[in-house]
Amino acid sequence: MTNSVEIKNLDLSFGAVKVLQNLNLNIGEGEFLVLLGSSGCGKSTLLNCIAGLLEVTDGQIFIKGKNVTWAEPSDRGIGMVFQSYALYPQMSVKGNLSFGLKNAKVPKDEIEKRVARAAEILQIEALLDRKPGALSGGQRQRVAIGRALVRDVDVFLFDEPLSNLDAKLRVDLRVELKRLHNQLENTMIYVTHDQVEAMTLADRIAVMKGGKIMQLGTPDEIYNQPRNLYVADFIGSPSMNFLEGALEGGAFRVDDMVIPMDDYEFAGPQTADRPATIGIRPEHVVTGELVKNAPLQFEVAVDLVEPMGSDTLVYAKLGQHSFRIRMDGQARVKDGEKLSIGIDPSRASLFDKATEDRL
Amino acid sequence: MANPGTLAPTAAVNAVNPDLDEPRGPKPRKALSRTNIMLYGTLIVVAMYYALPLYVMVVTSLKGMPEIQMGNIFAPPLEITFQPWVKAWAEACTGINCDGLSRGFWNSVRILIPSVIISVAVASVNGYALSMWKFKGSEVFFSILMIGAFIPYQIMLYPIVIMLREAGLYGSLTGLVLVHVAFGMPINTLLFRNYFASIPEELFKAARVDGAGFWSIFFRIMLPMSLPIFVVSLIIQVTGIWNDFLFGVTYISSPDRYPMTVQLNNIVNSVQGVKEYNVNMAATLLTGLVPLVIYFASGKLFVRGIAAGAVKG
Amino acid sequence: MALSEAAHAGAQTEQGGPSHKPVRLFKNISAKIASLPMVFTALVVFLGGTIWTVVYSFTDSGLLPRLRWDGLDQYERLWNSRKWLVSIENLAIYGVCSLIGTLVIGFTLAALLDRKVRGEGVLRTIFLYPFALSFIVTGLVWQWILNPQLGLQSVVRGMGWESFTFDPLNNSKIVMFGLLIAGLWQGTGLIMCIMLAGLRGIDEDIWKAARVDGIGTVKTYIRVIIPMMRPVFVTSLVLIASGIVKLYDLVVAQTSGGPGISSEVPAKYVMTAMFGGQNLGQGFAASTMMLVTVVIILVPWAILEFGGKKRG
Repeated sequence: MTNSVEIKNLDLSFGAVKVLQNLNLNIGEGEFLVLLGSSGCGKSTLLNCIAGLLEVTDGQIFIKGKNVTWAEPSDRGIGMVFQSYALYPQMSVKGNLSFGLKNAKVPKDEIEKRVARAAEILQIEALLDRKPGALSGGQRQRVAIGRALVRDVDVFLFDEPLSNLDAKLRVDLRVELKRLHNQLENTMIYVTHDQVEAMTLADRIAVMKGGKIMQLGTPDEIYNQPRNLYVADFIGSPSMNFLEGALEGGAFRVDDMVIPMDDYEFAGPQTADRPATIGIRPEHVVTGELVKNAPLQFEVAVDLVEPMGSDTLVYAKLGQHSFRIRMDGQARVKDGEKLSIGIDPSRASLFDKATEDRL
Repeated sequence: MANPGTLAPTAAVNAVNPDLDEPRGPKPRKALSRTNIMLYGTLIVVAMYYALPLYVMVVTSLKGMPEIQMGNIFAPPLEITFQPWVKAWAEACTGINCDGLSRGFWNSVRILIPSVIISVAVASVNGYALSMWKFKGSEVFFSILMIGAFIPYQIMLYPIVIMLREAGLYGSLTGLVLVHVAFGMPINTLLFRNYFASIPEELFKAARVDGAGFWSIFFRIMLPMSLPIFVVSLIIQVTGIWNDFLFGVTYISSPDRYPMTVQLNNIVNSVQGVKEYNVNMAATLLTGLVPLVIYFASGKLFVRGIAAGAVKG
Repeated sequence: MALSEAAHAGAQTEQGGPSHKPVRLFKNISAKIASLPMVFTALVVFLGGTIWTVVYSFTDSGLLPRLRWDGLDQYERLWNSRKWLVSIENLAIYGVCSLIGTLVIGFTLAALLDRKVRGEGVLRTIFLYPFALSFIVTGLVWQWILNPQLGLQSVVRGMGWESFTFDPLNNSKIVMFGLLIAGLWQGTGLIMCIMLAGLRGIDEDIWKAARVDGIGTVKTYIRVIIPMMRPVFVTSLVLIASGIVKLYDLVVAQTSGGPGISSEVPAKYVMTAMFGGQNLGQGFAASTMMLVTVVIILVPWAILEFGGKKRG
């Protein structure tokens, strides 16, 4: 796979504040890469650097093998879609779509052709003469995507494009985006703080924190083998249960509980005894009939029940530790009740307590 | 208050719930409560204090001199005459010139038009550059500019005399225009900077990705969006420059070229001859007419302009 | 490739774009060129002009400016001049009264208008229109109204109160209050508008909370609303104060500094020294003193306003 975008040793500081630190990232041709993180993690900053809207302090950016570190945004072969749509309010939809092409001195009939084509792909032909003010949120974002589309670029950059839409529309447009990516096969870099968007859209996800990439991997890797405590905690809703204890002789011990880790796939050879944290996803805890097939069984005291329709979220106490369990929507559990649960240690994650890295 | 917007929901609630003893929603205000009488009484008295001078100006300017000497200044004219207006406009004397305020009026117009156009153009570009194309030191220059607005102008008056003299512009209308552009820059630049800063940054980014440069973004994207702030800036500049006295008296050397305010002061406060109060008031009104017309015509925008300039300053 | 095959055909070469950091000076070059008038005004006119005047205030410049050092002589002469002392005293009286008067009247009017008054638009228009008029017009119309023979005094006497005396413009003891009446008339509308904007910016829930807590209207204003409007008051204060220091046109139009020298103000002193008396050094020293006054006002404000947070 050739690299479409290559980022080498990127640094960015605002005064004394280091926003991006020695960042390296290779994005393959046609790949859908999601930059995921909470606000202030540097994901949007990184995207703006790739777009050329922010000047980097050090390092290089290559797009299609060409060093664009200091090139103008319009010379980089990128198109960008923004959270607030950023449509030019005084221009019609057609004017919005053709503004970039006019600036690039593209011949008139070519502009017509490309606008028509983009409008067809995005099904906004009927809206071409309207002003952005007369469009709904979803239509606006489609026009914004169209603006990137007509410019016929190598790389699409998306800066939280769905965050301003209401929940239902967000899901619809998410599906459409995925379809668009399948159709166009362009490289897409997508910034979001929404892990569902990240999981559903991405070929690979880069989870960011404090200007660094915490983990780069497929959605499956990010979810099942989080490389550190931060990623484990950030991905998944409700988030993972963590129990602090120690790894001793191949088993995890917390209080008087012993969790044998024989079936656990260690990330490296370092299995020496040490203080450690075990992480168990609420949805990986089994209840009811399935408990007796589970490798490990415990009893918990139910604290609070949140029925959510499709699921039931149970807040319980495992020993003195609070413990979340995700159960079926049909589950009937009452506060104060004792509940048997089953755990599969091979699906758990184990972290070094000091370094917070996966063991 | 009979506000239909607040009454309607109340009625609706009562319709659904006929058993309700008390109407919900805001309590209807009694028209003649004691607080209300106090409130409106105070406001009307104060409003009279504010309105009085304008009334006195108008009334006096329409009276003949004998009537002024006999009667009281608040009384409406028994006999309306426009003679004072004609005299103020076309015949009143300053020094040797006896062609009235019309000379000052046209001087002011000749100063006003270029000053306003240039200062609004410069300030809008400044504000745009300061909000969207910050460069090293741009904030420092802006801070100096803003401090300059609060410093007494007197301290810069003489050095500017020297600068204008070196440029061969001292005493000319062109020189005065440049002075107005310079001193109008802080408030208007601030106004435009704040306005452009409120435009979503993403719009600017999108335009840059679309390959638009400094001037292209300014003319194609920003200008069409900023009509209201242009009007506000225009109002501030027109009234400010029209009302100026200090710069006019300092940088215009010949009475022939004095702006209207300076000429008005010379006419009214001249010591020679009998004071013709009716002519003086007509002249005063004539001078105040341009900003007054702008004020009453622009209404809310005027308020918004000065409030925007002031509160964010 | 989505739409056309020819896109970015030229972009295939390795290291195609500018691979080195561009020279700092030429970055953003259009913005820098466009800002030249602003840079010139800020550095040469405002900063340069101010420094020039301060420097020349230590010379014995008379008819023309010259760089012959005179130490603090100009300042000594200034502070020995009775006219300057009167000017300073007048400005202090006018300043304090105008500051308090404008704030109190401005806020009171705003608070009254904020009581959901009918005809608010008309009243606001009446309160604010004087602000559109120049100080010259303001001075002249009040000179006329306060004229003892024909104005307010004679009207009141005509109504039967024969001993009524209100002749501030010819009484050196109260002439500053004559100016104050006109100044307040011209300037309170602006402050009212700013205060009204401030009041409108306060969350309505605050009022509801105060009502639920049983706090009276006046008490709510004093205890809750005014403290919340601190920034608005600070801005108003700075606006009024910087206007007071510049007080000049009004005096010229309304009293010409009279009777005698009893309504002289510093700005007028400067103008007379520089352009009337051919005594440039005095003018420079006096305007430098004005600058010092403003700095004393502005510095605490700047610390209050920008001390904690840095914006931009």
